[in-house]
Amino acid sequence: MSEERMFRIPVGPQHPALKEPINFTFIVDGERVVDVKPRIGYNHRGIEKLMESKTYIQGLYLIERICGICSAAHQGCYAQNIEEAAGIEAPPRGVYLRTLIWELERIHSHLLWVGVAYHEIGFDTLFMYVWRDRERVMDILEMISGNRVNYAMNTIGGVRRDVTPEIVDNALKALDYLEERTKYYKKVTEEDDSILARTVNVGILKTEDAKRLCAVGPTARASGLKVDVRRDDPYGAYDELDFDVVVYDTCDLTARVLVRIDEVLESIKMCRQILQNLPSGPVRVKFKRKVPEGESISKVEAPRGEDLHYVKANGTEKPERYKVRAPTLANIPSVCEMLKGGYIADIPIVFAGIDPCIACTDRMLFIDVNTERKWMWTEEELRMYARKWYKKHLKEVVRERWKC
Amino acid sequence: MRLPARFSPELLRHVPRKPATVMYPFVPVEAPEGFRGKHEFDIEKCVGCGLCARDCPSGAIEMVPDERTKGKKRPVIHLDRCLFCAQCEESCPRGAIKLTKVYEMAGYKREEMVVTAP
Repeated sequence: MSEERMFRIPVGPQHPALKEPINFTFIVDGERVVDVKPRIGYNHRGIEKLMESKTYIQGLYLIERICGICSAAHQGCYAQNIEEAAGIEAPPRGVYLRTLIWELERIHSHLLWVGVAYHEIGFDTLFMYVWRDRERVMDILEMISGNRVNYAMNTIGGVRRDVTPEIVDNALKALDYLEERTKYYKKVTEEDDSILARTVNVGILKTEDAKRLCAVGPTARASGLKVDVRRDDPYGAYDELDFDVVVYDTCDLTARVLVRIDEVLESIKMCRQILQNLPSGPVRVKFKRKVPEGESISKVEAPRGEDLHYVKANGTEKPERYKVRAPTLANIPSVCEMLKGGYIADIPIVFAGIDPCIACTDRMLFIDVNTERKWMWTEEELRMYARKWYKKHLKEVVRERWKC
Repeated sequence: MRLPARFSPELLRHVPRKPATVMYPFVPVEAPEGFRGKHEFDIEKCVGCGLCARDCPSGAIEMVPDERTKGKKRPVIHLDRCLFCAQCEESCPRGAIKLTKVYEMAGYKREEMVVTAP
């Protein structure tokens, strides 16, 4: 393959809908992606530095706003971390409620992702159904915490609100409904031709590559790696709950969809266990505003993977250093590996595969290296291109993919 | 048009159903109990301690002089800076600030977007 025939396609960095705007440069040969170069750091908001000027109480609400979808994972991780540094322990009921919010959040995040995945492959009807059903879990979260997205439920030393018996009843009913619907979506994903045609053998990440590139969360579990902080290093109430770590070994997009759907089912199981066995007692203990000198780390399995927080305290009301490693960062090398060898038309869905919302590709700039011709593609145009391209090439592509 | 085989029964089942969405703002939507909406401030209970302003993560609470309270100050809550975490409600030792279920609070001017005592 001569270099002249290759095109360079920079994607990004303007992705306003994305939490971490990223610039990807694709080297393409015709329709094939040959190489991918990521460049990150466009959305540096200075949250870690700002944390140093906020008290520990104020930090709770700042850390929650790192991510709109896994806000409880970040806030819970922060609260856990400061509790460890301050040497206080949340009461059992508080820990159970915190775990409940984590799991409800996982349900809503994974259903959101499954909807986005269907949307990316052009199956908009199913996308609407999934998002309609997701409203039920959002309603439970709103009932418990008072808000749909940024729950502000955790505090240092426990949780801020208790649940009433009516809320527990309502939540259990909504969980029954969600379980039934999720099982249906699993069946559709496993059997529907139009979904399988776009996901089977697309975006392959082999088990050894996943291990080498340190993939985390559902991305790693879809590649046959059994890694899950909830099982490997139990925190919260996870050591008292009965759950399975979902692992698929087909390493493609179908596995990534199914891992998430199965995790929703596991989360529903866990939520039921929590709601039915809530320990009695207070939900929080008092936090004395100051944290003695020292440092600590805390890990939480966010919906997208392992979330790591580090704090260095200096005996005052404010942290001296706070560091966050969000799961998407760990998955960026993996997504580059997945995209190599794929088609341009598969970029949106493979991007979406690691759940970074990178498929919200706002605009793409295409440059022909020979003629310096440039053209832009918006997210919508890329998606339409993908759908049109697949309409034309579906049969040959699927025949080639399903060969093995 | 070819219908996806596995999906068609589900699709047909939804045809006679009503839409899942609500025609807001023509149909009012009630927020659930415990919703964190617009604040309610009671000057009778306020002691002017300023704990709400100290704990506010976004600096939305400003303390202004007022002769009616013990600390000679009262809070002015700027709704346009507020992120509705309800930390002020939690920090207030006298329960003077309460978050209500009101979520419609648009205004034409910044000065309108405040909650305080008259």
